[in-house]
Amino acid sequence: MATLELSIRDEVTAAPSRRKRKLGLLFWIASGWLVIILTLAILAPVLPLQNPVDMDMLERRAAFSSEHWLGTDGLGRDELARLIFGARASLTVGLIAPMIGLTIGGAFGLLAGYFRGRFETLVVGSMDVLLAFPPLIFALAVTAYLGQSIPNLTLILGVLGIPAFMRVARAATLTLARREFVIAAEALGASHARILLRELLPNVILPLLAFFLLGVAVTIVVEGALSFLGLGVPPPMASWGSMIGEGRDSLDVAPRLAFLPAAGLFLTVLAFNLVGDTLRALTDPRQGAL
Amino acid sequence: MSAPLLTIADVAVELPTPRGSLRAVDHVDLSLEAGRTLGIVGESGCGKTMLSRAVLQLLPKRAKLTGRVMFDGQDLAQLAPERLRRLRGRDLAVVFQDPMTSLNPVLTIGTQLMETIQEHLELDAPEARKRSIELLAAVGIPAPDQRLAQYPHQCSGGMRQRIAIAIALSCEPKLLIADEPTTALDVTIQAQILDLLAREQRRRHMAMILITHDLGVVAGRADEVAVMYAGRVVERAPTQALFKRMHMPYTEALLAAIPKLDAAPHTPLPAISGRPPDPTRPLRGCSFAPRCRYAASDCHHAKPALTSAEIPGHLYACFHPIQMTERVGA
Repeated sequence: MATLELSIRDEVTAAPSRRKRKLGLLFWIASGWLVIILTLAILAPVLPLQNPVDMDMLERRAAFSSEHWLGTDGLGRDELARLIFGARASLTVGLIAPMIGLTIGGAFGLLAGYFRGRFETLVVGSMDVLLAFPPLIFALAVTAYLGQSIPNLTLILGVLGIPAFMRVARAATLTLARREFVIAAEALGASHARILLRELLPNVILPLLAFFLLGVAVTIVVEGALSFLGLGVPPPMASWGSMIGEGRDSLDVAPRLAFLPAAGLFLTVLAFNLVGDTLRALTDPRQGAL
Repeated sequence: MSAPLLTIADVAVELPTPRGSLRAVDHVDLSLEAGRTLGIVGESGCGKTMLSRAVLQLLPKRAKLTGRVMFDGQDLAQLAPERLRRLRGRDLAVVFQDPMTSLNPVLTIGTQLMETIQEHLELDAPEARKRSIELLAAVGIPAPDQRLAQYPHQCSGGMRQRIAIAIALSCEPKLLIADEPTTALDVTIQAQILDLLAREQRRRHMAMILITHDLGVVAGRADEVAVMYAGRVVERAPTQALFKRMHMPYTEALLAAIPKLDAAPHTPLPAISGRPPDPTRPLRGCSFAPRCRYAASDCHHAKPALTSAEIPGHLYACFHPIQMTERVGA
């Protein structure tokens, strides 16, 4: 008897430790990069950096030096300070906008997929309208009426992300709501709220979170594109996208002004994707179920 | 004798389909007393599951239910949704066919058990946990306290069905509906699960509806058997009486279609030829007549009603019942 129990216990405790080994070097490099970028972005105001908007017309496009570690941009502003403050703007928009999409889109998708009927038609219809609306026109209209600012930019990108999150959530809910465990929960006396929150949400949240990390990456890029077009973060504030846009003017004389923020953008987006993929593979308890 | 715990009176279920209305359950009358087991037998699509869903009031949204489902003195079909919800899980519980899909894949076993317990019984978390461990031990799961932290995919099929049974039993239901509880399981596990159900039923004095397509499953475990065909109960009798003297040709054909271990190799299985009638097109005569080898011309023109046989409680719907003496060894 004792040996039987021991062997079962061994098996139970062995399972989690076997999993940890799979993380790999790439994951640690990517999360290290994200930690560095996030810490720098959060601590930017208290770090001993130069003012990112102070211009020095005598030191335009200065090379790397002990005074300006990464040189200065076309208006003589410290490039390092602008990169770090730019990360602050890019990450704020990049993280908060998908959260808006995740919350609103996810909730609508879950409800539409579970309750079906007229409510679903209404939700899907209005999301189609939102999808069909040209995003640039929407961004232009909002910035024209509400002004150009980081909160407005976040709002625009967040609203534009809602339909995609809604579709992911609804598709996942549709397949899950027919599974027997939902009927089983209902047969065991669970209320609609409990079925939605405890049975369906934990299942639906997995694809949604994976999509969220993808959304973060896409939003950072889109913010860059909008800032490049002059619809994003208002000058003189820095964001990676606007820095690339400004660096375009001096690509021939100082290509680093465009390439440094581009590299930051590239590495951060890549890191988000890598970490997202690994975390999803690790936390999905359904792995190996099929 | 006390009043039956469950009375299904004249229940019919109609499902709208593009080809017209489908009569899944056709005026069924059944009753079940506390502590007894009713076996419902029939082939796929004969309405067994729809009947059980009708008892639970879990029919698809557009399905139309008529008749009465009296449970413990109240008509479930008339009950307010909120009161019905409280009744489910607490007094009425179900075990489904496939334990692979009837457990939530992303919640631990402990969470699923404890939530059901806490939903219906007023227990705090440590008490609910203690009770979960007791339940898992009762359904024969080794090291139950460690199982609580595991996910369903970490357990085998038989183990999962035991867990599903533990969840169903968690609030001491008065009626347990087991909807083909062993169909998705290995043959060696089937007997274990059926014995477990029978043992827990005796211990808790619950009533049980055992739905299956296998007459062998109900033979030793049900007190009474109802054979369903095309939405109707075609024969109903105490188990002993049914196996001793079955009257309905369909029951006989079902029994003959069970493979026998002692049959010589390559013996053809006397399968029932043909398919059940299209439920969207009602037949005028007996629904089994097109496949019945005893069918006569009257079978195609009128529907036989359920009539009593000589043994009390034995009902059958057939114009030409089999006289059993000739076929015992079939």
